Order: sequence, then C-alpha cells, then structure tokens
Amino acid sequence: MASNPAYDAALDAPAEKPSLGARLLRLMRKQPLGTGGLLIVVIMVLAAAFAPWLSPYDPTANDFAAMHEAPGAEHWLGTDQFGRDLLARIIYGARTALVVGFVSALFGGTIGLVLGVASAYFGGRFDLFFQRVMDVFMAFPLIIMALAVVSIFGTGIQNVIIAITIPFVPRCARVVRSSALALRDIPFIDAARAMGYSHTRIILRHMVPNVMAPYLIMITAFVGQAILLEASLSYLGLGVQEPTPAWGLMLQGGAEEYAESAPWIAVFPGLAITLGVFGFNLFGDAVRDALDPKLRSQ
Amino acid sequence: MVAGACERKAQPRAMAQYILKRLLLLFPTLLGAAVLVFFLMRLIPGDVCELRMAGTGAYFDEEALKICQAELGLNRPVMVQFWEFIRGYATFNFGDSMYTGRPIVDEIGLRFELSLQVAIMATITAILLAIPLGTISAIKQNTWIDYGVRAFSIAGIAMPSFWLGILIILGLLITTQAWFGTAWMPPIQYKAIWVDPVYNLSMLIWPAVATGYRYSAVATRMTRSAMLEVLREDYVRTARAKGLLEKLIIRRHALKNSLLPVVTVIGIEFAFLMGGLVVTEQVFNLNGLGKLFVESVTNFDYNMTQALVMVVVTVFVLTNFVVDVMYGWLDPRIHYR
Repeated sequence: MASNPAYDAALDAPAEKPSLGARLLRLMRKQPLGTGGLLIVVIMVLAAAFAPWLSPYDPTANDFAAMHEAPGAEHWLGTDQFGRDLLARIIYGARTALVVGFVSALFGGTIGLVLGVASAYFGGRFDLFFQRVMDVFMAFPLIIMALAVVSIFGTGIQNVIIAITIPFVPRCARVVRSSALALRDIPFIDAARAMGYSHTRIILRHMVPNVMAPYLIMITAFVGQAILLEASLSYLGLGVQEPTPAWGLMLQGGAEEYAESAPWIAVFPGLAITLGVFGFNLFGDAVRDALDPKLRSQ
Repeated sequence: MVAGACERKAQPRAMAQYILKRLLLLFPTLLGAAVLVFFLMRLIPGDVCELRMAGTGAYFDEEALKICQAELGLNRPVMVQFWEFIRGYATFNFGDSMYTGRPIVDEIGLRFELSLQVAIMATITAILLAIPLGTISAIKQNTWIDYGVRAFSIAGIAMPSFWLGILIILGLLITTQAWFGTAWMPPIQYKAIWVDPVYNLSMLIWPAVATGYRYSAVATRMTRSAMLEVLREDYVRTARAKGLLEKLIIRRHALKNSLLPVVTVIGIEFAFLMGGLVVTEQVFNLNGLGKLFVESVTNFDYNMTQALVMVVVTVFVLTNFVVDVMYGWLDPRIHYR
C-alpha cells in the first residue's frame, strides 16, 4: 500500500546524477504550476525572515506628512491613511500570515493525524462515536466555526490560531482515518500486536509513519486555507488587531473608505493575499500529485 | 428477466430504508451541534450581563447584575437553560436578541430573503463558469488552455472574496466615472426582485459574482477531473470508433455522465455559501444573514450567535442529506444499502 520513496526515486533516477540546474529544469517542465507555487512560497518565507532588512520603513510608524501618498520613488507601493508605508506593512504582514498559516496547519493536522489513526486502530464503538463527533464538527462551515471560536476566546493572533486550528482537526482526522483503516488489516500491525507492543507504540511507531502522505497533503492544503481564513477574520475586525501588520487588516476600514482617491490601499494587500494563497495551493497540488500513488500514473 | 424485475421492485424499498436511516442519523448530528454551541457559549468567563455592566461604566453594581441575570434567565440551572434552548430550536423559537431585544426569528426573517437570493445567484454564476471551463480544460488536457483554466480556478480559491468585492466596487466607480461622468455605486436599500427587478439585480449581481467566482473554482476542478475520467471510458472509445462527431461525443455521452459529481459538489458548496456570504455582505454592506452573524459576534449577542450557528448547521446537514438522496436518483447504477 504505502509507497517506498527511495525505491521510486531509484526507478526514476537516470544512471548518472544530473546537475541541480538540470534537475530543476526537468521539474519545471514536469510541474510548471508547482514550481511556480514553490517559487512564491520561497519568496514569501524569505520576505518574512528578512523583513527588518528588506523593509524600507517601520511598518507601524505613522507619518502624517505623507498620508495617502501614491506609489512612487519615496514609497514604492504608496502609503495608507496614517502615512504608513504599504510595502513595509506587506513585508511584515507575510510574518503574520506565515505564522498563523504554519502553526494552525501543523497543530490542526497533527492532532487530526493522531486522532484519525487512533480511531481507525481501536475501531468498534470508539470509532463509531468518534465519527459522530467529527460529523458534528464538520457540520460547521470553516469560517462559521472560526467566528464562533473567536466570539468565545476573543481576538488577537493567538486566538486566531486557535480558531483556525479547531476546524482543521476533524478534516484531517477523517482523511487520515480512511487511509489508516486499510493499514489495520495488513499483517505487520498484527505482528506488532503479537509482539506485545503497547497501543501508543503501535499507533505512533507503526501506523502514523504509513499515513504520512495524506497527512502532508492535508497540511500543505491547510496552510493556504489558514492564510485566507486569517485574512477574512482580520478583515471582519475579529482577527489580528492593529497595529500588527496583517494583510486582511490592511483591507479593513481605509481600503473601502478611500477606494476612489487612494485605490492602492485596497489593491496591494489583496494582491499579497491572493499571491500567497495561490502559491501555497499550486505547491500543495504538486505535493499531492507527487505523493498520491493513485494519481501518479497519470 | 424475472430476476431483473424483482430487483427493480426491491429498489424503492431499499431506497426508502436508506432515506429513513439517513434521516435518523440527522438527529444525533444536530443534537451534537446544539450541545457544542450551547456549552461553548457558556465557557466564556462572565456573561452578557457582566459585559453590559463593564460597558456602562466603572461602578459595578451587584444588585443590577442579579436583576439582569434574572431577566435573561441566566441564573437558572444550566440543564434547564439547555432544555429551553433545545425546545426553542425544535419549535423555531430562539427567544430574543440580547442586543436589540427583538425576537430572533423576526431578525432572521428580515434578512433571509436577501441572503437566499444572493446564494442562488452565486450558484448560477458558478455553474455558468464551471461547466464550460471544466469541460474545455479536460478536452485540452495538458495544453496551455488547460493550464490557463486551472490557474484561473486556483486563483478563484486563492482570491479572498472580500477583496474581489472591493475590486468590483472600485472598478464600477472608475468605469462609471469615466463613461458617464458621475460615479455610480450599487444601491444599498434592499427591494425584493418582484417589486423592482432592475433595481434588485443592479444591487445583488455584484456580490453574487464575487461569491460565485470562488464557488465556481471548486466546481470547475470537479468538472475537469470527472470529465477526464469519463473520456477514458469504453463507451466513449466506442462512440469514437463508430465515427461520431467529437462535439456530439462530448455533449451527449461525456458531459452527461460527468455531471453527477459536479452536482454533488455544487450541492455541498451551496451549504458552505453561508460562510462566503459572511465576508461578501460586509463588503457590499448588505443587510443579510452573514452581516447579522458578524454583528452578533462583535456585540456579544450570544443568543443570536447560537441561533444563527444552528440555522447554518441545519441548512448544511439537510443539504448534504438531499445531495446524498439525489445522487441515487440521478444515477440508477447506484444501489442503496
């Protein structure tokens, strides 16, 4: 069932190892969209990591002498209604987006992974009950669940992460469970049980490593969704709060109010969100194509 | 012959059993959602009364707090309150809004029509985009047309619908300014479509497009993959072998058979539209259910949040049920067990 990456790589690899450039070229030709996505993701990560060096201004510094300035040599992407540099806020905003995206995707995905595998492993009544609980959680549309959680815990970056993590758990658990169900009947699990290993050990050491493919696919898909959700919550005024630079927040208030006189306030942050999520989605699709054995033959 | 007839006779009964089973399964899900929402709301430290008091000033009056709690029935045992909530939900009586003091049913009723209309129009937009684009993309698999359509549909998922909304408003302002000399904005006051259709459409078509584009993205991808699968089927090869025109193969054989999963996705996504409406209604300043939801969260109007979550969950669960039942009705090859 589980593919062996080393074996597949050995089959794919030509006799002589080509240079890195040649391998990249081949990857680009095989997965043009995925490579593009990866490029966007890398740029975003670099921007977030080196924000203090890349950013031309302090993202939270008001400059009332330079309000609503159009894009130009001084401010490449213009300034907002408080005279804050948009480029600086977008570069620092990548930090917020990536932190929320990665942390909630990792937590949500990992909790879902363990719960899903455990549900499949124990089976029976536990599985049935667990499935009903997941049904209940899945009955909430993503943003509705996140909004409900925010209404309880309040706003701020930590609570946004919690609000986004919770709806991810059942989604990952369900997918992982269905892969783990097939695993349960394979003899090596019986063998592990016969050796007298504990449930925890069988779940974590024997089953979890074999459902890594769906787990990774789900996580890469979650990062983009989480960035989008964070932007939506912040836009609604229920996410990250001022003066933290966040893309969704930048579209709130001023963006609509001054749409006519200063359209750049509305255009650039939205472009950043779209590009970022676009990159993660393209990359996620490529990861799925590479990892899903059912799709590989196509 | 005889066996076939028997089987055909047995099918309706199996279907009835299946529908009954699915119907019975709806109750635990809905009850679970009610439990979750109710007790989550009670997790919050403090209650509405304390929030109100904190909002009115520095002085904290114990007496006033008690009176307020008694008025809203918050001093009763939790299980009594829960029973009240469930009974209210079963009879569509959610009580009064904690913010406006008006019955929640009235508040929802006021806005339901608008949100439903936007949802239906968004669905139509999505279908009109998804089916032709998905079909072309599948026929021209791995060409630049295919890549273009796929990029367009992934962009639809990546683009926040509120940003698309802002861009649409911006575009309208700029183009009307350039062509007619005065900037035009979609009207804000809602009028029903049968009262003033032109006015109504000029107001709601924009949010429908903003929501529908995102919605179409998922359906486009589904159409493409379903179409790709059907194009590999034997009967398509047979049709090609007998020299049928490619146009007819696509239209009569391939498209019809690939629509089923698309219908499913459209149905499921319809239930998710409520989530999309939350942000779109905010951008276009529409007085719909989504805006009501955001307001109830910002105003700490727990009764209202609770009621709206239950409405959304109920719509979602029922839509899923209908989609599942429709599935078998649309495809006679599917047997119910």
